[in-house]
Amino acid sequence: MTDIQLSPLWLSFKTAFIATIIVFIVGVFLARIIGRNDFPGKSIVEAVILLPLVLPPTVVGFGLLFLFGKNGPIGQLLMNWFDVQIVFSWYAVIIAAVVVSFPLMYQSAAGAFQQYDANMENAAYTMGASKWKVFWTISFRLAWPGLLAGLVLSFARALGEFGATLMLAGYIPNVTDTIPLAIYFAVESGNMELASFWVIIIVALGFSAILWLNWWSKRNMMRYTAKRSK
Amino acid sequence: MLEVEIKKQLSHFELQATFTVKNEIVVLFGPSGAGKTTILHSIAGITKADQGIIRLHDSVLFHSEQKIAVPIQRRKIGYLFQDYALFPHMTVWKNIAYGMKNETLAKQVIKELTIDHLIAQYPHQISGGEKQRVALARALATEPDLLLLDEPFSALDDKTRLRSHEELLRLHTLWQIPIIMVTHSHEEALKLGNRVLYVEHGTLHTASVPS
Repeated sequence: MTDIQLSPLWLSFKTAFIATIIVFIVGVFLARIIGRNDFPGKSIVEAVILLPLVLPPTVVGFGLLFLFGKNGPIGQLLMNWFDVQIVFSWYAVIIAAVVVSFPLMYQSAAGAFQQYDANMENAAYTMGASKWKVFWTISFRLAWPGLLAGLVLSFARALGEFGATLMLAGYIPNVTDTIPLAIYFAVESGNMELASFWVIIIVALGFSAILWLNWWSKRNMMRYTAKRSK
Repeated sequence: MLEVEIKKQLSHFELQATFTVKNEIVVLFGPSGAGKTTILHSIAGITKADQGIIRLHDSVLFHSEQKIAVPIQRRKIGYLFQDYALFPHMTVWKNIAYGMKNETLAKQVIKELTIDHLIAQYPHQISGGEKQRVALARALATEPDLLLLDEPFSALDDKTRLRSHEELLRLHTLWQIPIIMVTHSHEEALKLGNRVLYVEHGTLHTASVPS
């Protein structure tokens, strides 16, 4: 086992971390905007956001390849303006992770912002607080348990992304070889020992994430609903 | 003085409310779904009326023709929600301090409402009656020009309710601001209101009550 290259672990973490930050900020923002406003086509927008959740990752990968490929609309734009090629690069790994984990964050955030009584925000407004103050001191704080759940789920999903990554980023050692890809190619080349190593790592990570999440949300649920101490 | 003249289309009927409130307690009384809370929401700015004018003292809060709609934050209206809407993640003191204008006055209100011993507690640690007084203190600490009370006593037991009635009357004498209170209770309407407006299917009927 001494000759195992640890680069997939580092790469997976780095990718999942960055993807989660992007997904968290955009997800919270969108969930808030879409949740509080009614506009024509709202359900279609929400369906598009949630689509990667039900599509096979290969289909998501195909779509991304179409958009970011050499001749794709976004791919061409990035190439012409910034001389950046997305396909087969680390950026592709991040993009794939963002797209597949985004629906999980969005759903958690949308639910989290409906969990508490909207009158808390109204009360804060009547007390003269600005929208920004109300968001940070009331909405975000009260939605935090749900937002954190979405954060952990998105991170786990980004860490485990395989199909779309393979389609868009390919398997390039030290550049795009995340743990799931490393497992697949280890098995394909008959290196079961290496595959098992990564399988154990990723199962342990996923298991601890869910275990921690359950423990945390239970503890958090108790916090403001505990019986009166008097 | 508050002057209200608004219309708003609700799902089953049109709400029409025209009334004025001086430095008195006006009770909006009537069955559920009659539009009482919508009237309070329109005055506070939580919802927007379709048409009309709302004026508090000398400032126009809402004027549909002139397209004026002062945002909630700048209306200077205290609102006591039915379920109090205390912030569960803040202590009683943090709740009251959230929108207070002046710390000395906030502390005075806390003393007046005898909740000084609760300031370090969280809302889930105090009783219903205490929550109601905290919510009232929180609204008063913003030094409002008008106080709106949405069924403030409905969640209280009989003894606490009677005590709260006395407290409200006492506070009103002290503060001398217009108060609008929504209630289902006939007895409460007669006891606390200088005037009672009966709301049914979005229409207001004046009912005189001997003071």
